[in-house]
This record gives sequence, C-alpha cells and structure tokens, in this order.
Amino acid sequence: MALTIASREVDGVTVLDLSGRITLGEGSVQLRDAVRDLISKGAKSILLNLGDVNYIDSSGLGELVSAFTTAKNQGGEIKLLNLTKKVHDLLQLTKLYTVFDIKDDEASAIASFK
Amino acid sequence: MESVSEVEAAAEKLAAEAGLDEDDRFHVTMALREAAVNAVLHGNEYDPAKRIAVSFENTGAALVFTVADQGKGLEPDTLPDPLAPENLLRGTGRGIFLIRSFMDEVHFRQLHPGTELTLVKHLAQAGEKA
Repeated sequence: MALTIASREVDGVTVLDLSGRITLGEGSVQLRDAVRDLISKGAKSILLNLGDVNYIDSSGLGELVSAFTTAKNQGGEIKLLNLTKKVHDLLQLTKLYTVFDIKDDEASAIASFK
Repeated sequence: MESVSEVEAAAEKLAAEAGLDEDDRFHVTMALREAAVNAVLHGNEYDPAKRIAVSFENTGAALVFTVADQGKGLEPDTLPDPLAPENLLRGTGRGIFLIRSFMDEVHFRQLHPGTELTLVKHLAQAGEKA
C-alpha cells in the first residue's frame, strides 16, 4: 500500500496523518514533498502521526531525517507521534530515537510545541 | 522498482513457509528489500541494461539468499558507521547496517563486475525453541 497523507491544523500545529508505507518509490517522495510544501508556506510546528505506518525502509528513515533537518534549518520543528512497534524498533536500532522528539499522545504532543 | 517488490514478495513467502515468526519474517523481508534496492540503485545505478540475480533456498537449517548486481563493486568495510554521532543525521547509508542487523550471516563477494551478497537466516532446529 502506498502512502497517503492527510493534513490538519490543531492549535497552530500542522498534523500530518500518514498511512501506508514510507519506502523508496512508494512513500518517500510524497513525504518529502508534503514537508517541503508545508515549510515553504511558513509552517514551523509539524507533527507526523505515524500510527498507521507499519513499514519504513532505509530510504524512508532517511526521508524522516531529511524532513527533520529541513525543518530545523528553517527554524521549525518536526516531532513524531504514535509509532507502531516495527517503526519504534527501527528507530531504536538506528539510534534515530535519540534524534527525534517522539510522543504517544496527541494532546501532549501539540502542547509540547508551545 | 518492480524487481524489488518481486524480491520482497518472494522472501516473505519463503520466510512464511519456513515457519518464521512475524518479527523474523519482517526482518528477512526487509533485509532482502534493502539488498535488492542496493543492487538496483547503488550497484547497477538504475541502468536498465544491467540485471540483478537473486536466488532463494531453504536448506532445512537456514534460509539462504543471494543478491547479485552488475555494478562497480562494493567495499563493505569502507562504509561509514550510520550509528556514529556525525552520521546520525545523514539521509542515506543505513541499508547495509539494517541487513547486517536483521540476518544471522552476511557475506560479500566481488564478481568483477558487480557484488554478490549472501544473506543467511538460521532456522531453529526441532527442540531448540523450548
């Protein structure tokens, strides 16, 4: 299943609800385009809801990192919400768990941007 | 990228038939996906004239996969450590690390031209998993 991305605003935070796979050729480009589009429109606080993402490959991990650094370089911030066990394990294995601010509750994640 | 999806599906099927649990099936499938992506993208550099060759075998004691490309060759010992603090924010360089993490054995062989990866997942013998 390819990646679908829905965007919504909650208290000044842009929440991207992602569903599907973030892999080379299937979701990496969509994620990159969505994040770049938001940042170009001035979004500073972006929360990626990965609750329905059950597969990320090395390309997808790289895309998450690129999104993180792109936002940071523009004075913004990207946080992750609702990791599935597989994605959680991957981020731990690759030590990306230490890079991202990872939340498991949307309300507290939104509040943490303030 | 169709070949990558085919490799992924075939690995999933073999892993399921071998009775691997969900985590191991995921690991084997992802390792094969990463190996196939490496072969197409970094090995053959998307050259449609170049092929990847993939083999699958259940020996009874292990699942043994080979993935070969026709590229310039890969020196695995020269790859940067993706866990090093200075590399954590790099957008690439995690594929071989994931393959090594998920499989029990990984061997590289230079083909001149190309590289062949052999990926091995040991199967628990009867009575081993108590």
